[in-house]
Amino acid sequence: MSTENFDVNDQGENMETNTQPNTLSSIASKREVKTAGTQAMGVGLEARGIHAWFGQKHALANVSMDFWPGTVTALIGPSGCGKSTFLRTLNRMHEFIPGAAMAGEVLLNGEDIYAPGTDVTKIRLKVGMVFQKPNPFPSMTIAENVLAGLKLAQLKTANKDELLEECLERAGLWSEVKDRLNTHGGALSGGQQQRLCIARALAVRPQVLLMDEPCSALDPGSTLKIEETISHLSSSVTIVIVTHNMQQAARVSDYTAFFLSDGGPGQMIEAGSTNEIFARPKDQRTENYVTGRFG
Amino acid sequence: MSTNTLTPAAPAPAKPTKPWEASISDRIKTAAIFLGSALFTVGLVAVTPLKGKLAYAIVFFIAFVVIDYIYNVVKGGRAAGADSLFRGFVTAAVCLAITPIVSILLTVWVRGHKGVHWTLFTKDMHSNAFQDPANQGGLLHAIIGTFLLVLFAMIISVPIGVLTAIYITEIKGRFTRPIQFLVQAMSGVPSIVAGLFILASIVYPLTKTLNGFEGSLALAILMIPTVARTSQEVLLLIPQDLREAGVALGGTQWRTVIMIVLPAARSGLITAMILGVARVAGETAPILLLAGGNNSVNWNMFHGPMGSLPNYIWQSFGTGTPDSVTRAWAGLLVLLAIVLILFGLARTLGNRKVGK
Repeated sequence: MSTENFDVNDQGENMETNTQPNTLSSIASKREVKTAGTQAMGVGLEARGIHAWFGQKHALANVSMDFWPGTVTALIGPSGCGKSTFLRTLNRMHEFIPGAAMAGEVLLNGEDIYAPGTDVTKIRLKVGMVFQKPNPFPSMTIAENVLAGLKLAQLKTANKDELLEECLERAGLWSEVKDRLNTHGGALSGGQQQRLCIARALAVRPQVLLMDEPCSALDPGSTLKIEETISHLSSSVTIVIVTHNMQQAARVSDYTAFFLSDGGPGQMIEAGSTNEIFARPKDQRTENYVTGRFG
Repeated sequence: MSTNTLTPAAPAPAKPTKPWEASISDRIKTAAIFLGSALFTVGLVAVTPLKGKLAYAIVFFIAFVVIDYIYNVVKGGRAAGADSLFRGFVTAAVCLAITPIVSILLTVWVRGHKGVHWTLFTKDMHSNAFQDPANQGGLLHAIIGTFLLVLFAMIISVPIGVLTAIYITEIKGRFTRPIQFLVQAMSGVPSIVAGLFILASIVYPLTKTLNGFEGSLALAILMIPTVARTSQEVLLLIPQDLREAGVALGGTQWRTVIMIVLPAARSGLITAMILGVARVAGETAPILLLAGGNNSVNWNMFHGPMGSLPNYIWQSFGTGTPDSVTRAWAGLLVLLAIVLILFGLARTLGNRKVGK
């Protein structure tokens, strides 16, 4: 299914695909729907009226969303609809791009992370991130990579070896690398590198983990492993994942939000439980997108 | 038939071939054209009043290009002929560009190797005159002097150069563009200007004597732009992803640069340093102005004039006797060898993969 090259005017030709059985909704409905409310993990993350600009270009308009603690939320939509931009506003990585601007509030445990005087490094410790391309630090060994966050943020830990094993275990990588912790991360496969990056993000004990198309550079086998890792993690970390792969969204997420840009700024069209979005979307545009028809 | 496709015969052992390369007959033809034009050149120079190496080179070039052109036009038409003509001119341009470099290296080797003795590296000139036979005395003082001058210049300029590069690539402050422009402009500063600057700003108003450290200051001025520009290019090669990953893990920009960006760029930064050293190792003008010259070993950078290889060469040539000229060529050979070794080192380190 092509999510990349969709054309708004390309209506007639794609009507045929309607006859396909809607496997996405069947995948999605197999999941047990997690409801909000494990308060032990904090009040969660809330986005209030987020706008984003790159220079003069209004990239994202008025997105409000709640991310419940201990759930996985998938952001889907065609390229250029502002999903990744939105994700990067959630841990203040958006401001890294020259000319970037934003409006709105992001509340983490009830406090706006954009409030004046906020220590941005503390925010990024609580809201970790995994990038599209696996990016282990080339000058460090596997063990040093996992513990890099502690050194970067100058945090102390009682037992480094324990933390190392725990993080690699949670990322599903421990059994594969436990005998070569002191070799360089560059020798690992792409999927292993990405799980190493997940372990690295987990080592500073984030409350929320943002994933920006974490599997788009990986083969299906590695993708499956990352998805397993996500399922394991979701009981302890709130996960927000941007994906172009709708099967993936249906497989791993509890909630799904659909983003779309009609040429102007990207907007959130619809959000709800993954089951609802794939089986009974309320908006016609969402239905067209998840069933593989556009326009 | 179906049994054949199901049980194929044992495959014949495949032999690796390169069908795209010139065949033996092609090569023989090229060699024949080469030989033919060489014979034609010898004949023409013999029967006409043309004389000298230059005549040989020019006649050979014209003959080869013309014969090759005709051969290719006959064989493959006008397009193939034009192709061969173009190839001929490109080859000639490369030869022209390489000739002076090879000529310098050859001349220095031919004239200098006679003067190289073991004593060159163990003795200085305090009890010998430059007119003495070349196997007496040595340039130990000059090697030590050049080493100290360059070492101090390196200690001053490498931190400044790398920090400038960090400002340009990482901090990207308000002054990035003007600083980048200044660094580029500074790499063209004539070395005598750097020397005069130190002379006017430090020697005349403050110290009033010559010493090695002042020479190092002038060399540092020349080294900073080289180090800064090379480091900047190396830092720009580090993927933006790594910086974002560092910051996303809760690191400040400073710690991300120190812990991730600089280690990832390590081998490139070493290359930048060595290129800077190679840039100033043979500088003469500021050294003559500021470090003066010394015929015995001086380890103190802050007291007394300091010998150096360029100074040794300059003095030897200035003396002008056959022995002292041999001495000068030997000094040139040693200096050239040091610079070439440094460039080789820079290339080897620069070619190593990041993080290995």
